[in-house]
Amino acid sequence: MRLAGHDLTCRRGGRDIFAGLNFSVAGGEALMVSGRNGAGKSSLLRMLAGLVRIAHGDLELEGGDPNLTIGEQAHYLGHLDALKPSLSVAENLEFWAGFLGPPTSSRSGPLAAVGLDAIADLPAGYLSAGQRRRLSLARLLAVKRPIWLLDEPASTLDASGQRRLRDFMRAHLAAGGLIVAATHAALGIDGAHELRLDQLSPAFAHATAALAESEAVKVGEP
Amino acid sequence: MAAANLANPSRFLKIASPAIPWLGGLTVIAFAVGITEAVLSPDDYQQGATVKIMFLHVPGAWLGMLGWGVMTVAALGTLVWRHPLADVTAKAAAPIGAAFTFMCLVTGSLWGRPMWGTYWVWDARLTSVLVLFLLYLGVIALWRTVDDPSRAARAAAIVTLVGAVDLPIIKFSVEWWNTLHQSASVFRMDGPTIDPSILVPLLVMTGAFTLLFITLLLAAMRNELLRRRVRTLRLMQASVVG
Amino acid sequence: MSALAAIFIRDMRNTVRVGGGALMGVLFFLVVVTMVPFALGPDLALLNRIGPAILWLAALLASLLALDRLFATDHEDGSLDLILTGRPPLELVVLVKGFAHWVTTAVPIIVAAPFVGIFLNLGGRAGTATVMTLLVGTPALTFIGIIGAAIAVTLRRGGLLLAVLVLPLTVPVLIFGVAAANAAVSGPIPFGTPFMALCGLSLASLVVGPFAAAAALRLEME
Repeated sequence: MRLAGHDLTCRRGGRDIFAGLNFSVAGGEALMVSGRNGAGKSSLLRMLAGLVRIAHGDLELEGGDPNLTIGEQAHYLGHLDALKPSLSVAENLEFWAGFLGPPTSSRSGPLAAVGLDAIADLPAGYLSAGQRRRLSLARLLAVKRPIWLLDEPASTLDASGQRRLRDFMRAHLAAGGLIVAATHAALGIDGAHELRLDQLSPAFAHATAALAESEAVKVGEP
Repeated sequence: MAAANLANPSRFLKIASPAIPWLGGLTVIAFAVGITEAVLSPDDYQQGATVKIMFLHVPGAWLGMLGWGVMTVAALGTLVWRHPLADVTAKAAAPIGAAFTFMCLVTGSLWGRPMWGTYWVWDARLTSVLVLFLLYLGVIALWRTVDDPSRAARAAAIVTLVGAVDLPIIKFSVEWWNTLHQSASVFRMDGPTIDPSILVPLLVMTGAFTLLFITLLLAAMRNELLRRRVRTLRLMQASVVG
Repeated sequence: MSALAAIFIRDMRNTVRVGGGALMGVLFFLVVVTMVPFALGPDLALLNRIGPAILWLAALLASLLALDRLFATDHEDGSLDLILTGRPPLELVVLVKGFAHWVTTAVPIIVAAPFVGIFLNLGGRAGTATVMTLLVGTPALTFIGIIGAAIAVTLRRGGLLLAVLVLPLTVPVLIFGVAAANAAVSGPIPFGTPFMALCGLSLASLVVGPFAAAAALRLEME
C-alpha cells in the first residue's frame, strides 16, 4: 500500500496555504507533518480525509480498496474528540465502532487498551480532556482501517497516554498500516519520514523574502 | 436544635429513611378510613354520585398549591439562607406538585362534563390552575436542562418565586371574576357551608392525600440526595482513573 | 449493528438524556395552544372552529424547536467530520437523523394532541381528524426543516434563520393539514382529497429533504 500526493495545492478563503506539495508514504511507514501554526498541517490531513477540496494536484492510493475513497479507508482523528457528553464511555465507543464498522471482535479490548475500562459506564461528560482524547483513540483500535490520519494526537495526553499512543502507532505500522500525523513534538516513531510545510507556503516564502530585503536595507545603511 | 440537625443531609437521611415506611403505613390507614367514609357518604340531591369526584378534586387542588408553596419556601432557602437541603426539597417537590395539579385538572374536567356540559371552559379558576400546571412543567424542564444542580437550583428558585404570584390568583379567582366554578365552601370566615356528612370524609381524604404528599416528598428527597452522592462518587471515580 | 442503526440509537439516547428531551417539545406545544384562548377570549364555539388551525400552527412551531441543533452539535464536537467521510451515504444518514428527530419531537406531540384539543373544545371527530392529519403531515415538517438545519449548521444563531428559511416552505403542509382536518368536521370537500395531498407532501419531502440537506452539508463543510 502506498499513499502519494503530487503537486498538491490547498486553497482556503482565496489564498494558497501550501502549493506544490509532493509526498509519498508506504504501508508500514509514518509521515510526520511539521510546520508552524497556519502552515496547513490540519488542512493537509483534512484534504487526505476528503474534508477539504484539492485545489490543484492529485492524490493516489495504491493497493487500497478501489471502491472506497481514501477517507473511507482512513481513521481521521481531528482536534475535536467527536464524543457526546450525555452518552457513557462505552456507548460513545459502541456508536463509532458501529458507524465506522465492522468492529473488531473484542468489545472491551479497546477500552482496556486506553485504560478507560474501569469507567466504561460513566458519562463522557465527566471525563478530563486527556481521558476524552484517549476515548477517541480507542475508536482507532475498535475498527481496523489501514490509514491513520492523526492531527496533534498527543496534545492533552499525559506521559503514560503518550506512551500508549506510541505503542498503538508502532503496532499499527508493524501490521502494515500507514500513518500521517501532524505534530509539533516528536512522537517517538523510529524511521518516520518528515514533511516540513514551512517551505511550501507561498505566503511564507513571500514574507521571508520581504524580511531579507529589509535586513539588506538595514545592513546597507551605515 | 432538631431543625438544625435535619439541615445536614446525612442527618436528614438518618431520620427520614426509617420514617418513610411508617408514614407510608399511616397513609394507607388514612386512605382506608377516608375511602370508606367517602363511599358511605350520601349523594348530593342535585349531582347524585358525581359529587364524589370532589374527594379527589379538592385534595388535588390543595396539594397542587401546597407543592408550589413548599417550593416557594425552599426557593427562599436556596437564595437567602443557602440552606443545603433547600434545593433538594424544591427539586423533589416539583413533580409531586405537578402530579397533584394534574389530578385536580383531570378530575375537574370529568366533573365538568356532566355538570357544565363540557370538559373544559376558559374560566378564571380553571385557567389559573392550568397556568400553575404549566409553571410546574417549566420548572421540571429547567431542572432537567441545567446539568449542575446548584446552578439549576438558583435558576429554578427565581422562577418559583415569580410563579408564586399565581397562588393568590387561584385562591381568589372565584371572587374576583364571574366564574362557573363554585366559590370557597370549606375555608371561609363564617365557617364551612358543606353538610358535615360530606365535610368529614372530605377532610379525612384531604388528610390522607396530604400524608401521601409528605411521604412521597421525603422519599423523593432521599432519592435526590442519593443521586447526588452517586454523581459525586462517579466524578471522583473519573478523576481517580487519571 | 449497522451504521444507520448506530446513528439512530445514538440520537435517540442523546435527545432523551439532554435538556428535558421529548418533554420540551410537548411542553412548548401545550403552552402555545393555551396562549391562544388568552388572546382570543374564551369563546368555545370560536375555539372549536379554529381549533385544528391552532393545533397545526403549534405543532409547526414545536417541530422546528431544537431542529437547528440537529447537525450543529455534531459539527461542534467534531462528529460531523467523521460522518461526512463515513461509508454510509450522507443522504441516508440525514434521513435517519430526521427520523430520530421526528420520533422524539413529533410523536409525543401527536400523542398529546387529542388531550390538548380538549382545551380548544375539539372532541370526537374533529380531534381524531386533526390527530390523523398531524400523524401524516409532521414528517413533511421535519424533512423540510432538516434542509434549514443543514444550512444553519455553521451559524451561531441558526435558530431564527432556520425559522425564517423554513416556515415559508411549510405553507402547503399547513394549508392541506388544516383543510383536511376542517373537511372532516364541516365539509364541503371530502376529507380524503386534502388528506391525500398531505400524504403526498410528506412522501415528497422524505425524498427531497435528505438530498437537499446532504448537499447543503457537503457545501457548508468544505
